[in-house]
Amino acid sequence: MIRIEHLSKQFDGKPVLQDISLDIHEGETMAIIGRSGSGKSVLMKHIIGLLQPEEGRVLVDGVDINRISYKQLRQVRTQFGVLFQGGALFDSMSAFENVAFPLRTFTDKTEAEIEREARKCLELVQLPDIGDKNPSELSGGMRKRVALARAIALRPRDIIDDKPTSGLDPETSNTIDELISNLADQLNVTSIVISHDMHSVLAIADRAAFIHQGRLHWTGTIDELHRSTDATLLGFVRANEYQIGYPELIAEKRS
Amino acid sequence: MYVGLVTPLRRSPFSTFSSGTYPLLSRYFAAEISEQVWERYCMAATLMRLLDPARTLGRYVLLHVGALSMLGDVKLYRKNLFSQMVQIGTESIPIIALAAAFSGAVTTVQTAYQLVSPFIPRSIIGSIVAPSMILELGAVVTGFILAGRVGARIAAELGTMRVTEQIDALEAMGLNSVGYLILPRIIAGIVMFPVLYVLACLVGIGAGVIIADLGGFVSSGEFVQGAREFFKPFDAWFGLIKSITFGFIITSVSCFKGYHTTGGAEGVGRSTTQAAVTSCVFILIADLFLAVFLL
Repeated sequence: MIRIEHLSKQFDGKPVLQDISLDIHEGETMAIIGRSGSGKSVLMKHIIGLLQPEEGRVLVDGVDINRISYKQLRQVRTQFGVLFQGGALFDSMSAFENVAFPLRTFTDKTEAEIEREARKCLELVQLPDIGDKNPSELSGGMRKRVALARAIALRPRDIIDDKPTSGLDPETSNTIDELISNLADQLNVTSIVISHDMHSVLAIADRAAFIHQGRLHWTGTIDELHRSTDATLLGFVRANEYQIGYPELIAEKRS
Repeated sequence: MYVGLVTPLRRSPFSTFSSGTYPLLSRYFAAEISEQVWERYCMAATLMRLLDPARTLGRYVLLHVGALSMLGDVKLYRKNLFSQMVQIGTESIPIIALAAAFSGAVTTVQTAYQLVSPFIPRSIIGSIVAPSMILELGAVVTGFILAGRVGARIAAELGTMRVTEQIDALEAMGLNSVGYLILPRIIAGIVMFPVLYVLACLVGIGAGVIIADLGGFVSSGEFVQGAREFFKPFDAWFGLIKSITFGFIITSVSCFKGYHTTGGAEGVGRSTTQAAVTSCVFILIADLFLAVFLL
């Protein structure tokens, strides 16, 4: 359970996030949506303590992550798997080594066990044969899938996906959406998806939080989102060219 | 008045009010009030600028305290340490040897050129060239070359890792990125730099001997004899201390610049240049300080 309480953040005196309070429950998939530059990624970095808020708290399982030591914070971080926007694969290592890296660093497994685990993770993201390639040899979509494999290597309890489908073609986006959705079910994790791609959000999220100009403008389930009459929210959703009045299409996509 | 002192080239954007566009406004209050606002802004901006070096120094110190605190966790940085020792040390050998050979040879030729008096024994060439290499050239030439070769490399590598979120990814996994990335580089610098320094001295003096012999300035036997006569073990210790200091300066400054890179490809370029230039400047300053306090 992740709880954000009255969180505010400024950069050089300019407010980026203001008074954000949000609960993310165990096992659910929460989408944080909003326009580019609305502060979504900044909020994500607060959840794992990469940034510290000026005001407010972030509680992970009841622990305020800004009031614990750096060592304890690192311990908390190991329960998260984070997929960064550009994949953030280590380019000095091959794809396989990237996935094996957290296993080598944080577990006492033997080399054979690590190899088996890493291969399994790569199979889960449907890339069983690209282990030896370097990240620079992979396409954008493949890089994100390898990054996803790396994020799940340690079997995290929470997965954070930062714009998992941005910059990808619709078909690859769908594949990534399915993967995230399947992984969330298979591994029974709490997922936080940061996105401005409504297509993807409607397909995989249970609930959504809409951030507008640094404030939490709207929170609710996806059903509530369909019924919402909030003009700003609808403006954002419609701008995604998604016809919100077609429940059967959504139902089909969600099944 | 204050504005003029601090930012002589920038005019208040509000001064357009008084330029005749809005004569009435300017005459009564607009220019007056807005100038005050502008002055306040400038004062705040200047204060921030004055505090900037202090903040940078603070961040620099904090980074090293963070790195030092991970010294006990050898498992974290062992693998990186060896690869960094190869990259910083072994791979620098050819360029260091080349630069040392040329500086040793040139010093020899120029010393011979200046010794015109027949009353001075020619073996004095060895007594001048060898200590020059050991005391100054060996460490400084190595330092400048490595500031470019190693400093730029470290800053570019860490800077790219920063802007592509690879450092964030390390942190998000629960890894101490400072201990993992910075500590091994600084240790590798401190360990490998003295080795390269010794190599530079040997190659430089060797090149001096050869050029002196080939050029007919002094025989190799006399050269070595001259070098031995005036050799003080302290000189070698001094050179080693210097090289360790330079090794630390280059790696730590470059790590700092690279680790705190902001702003994409341009930012990486800026960090890389700054790492090389700042390292060189600090090498010069440290060179003087060490000479003043230790000699």
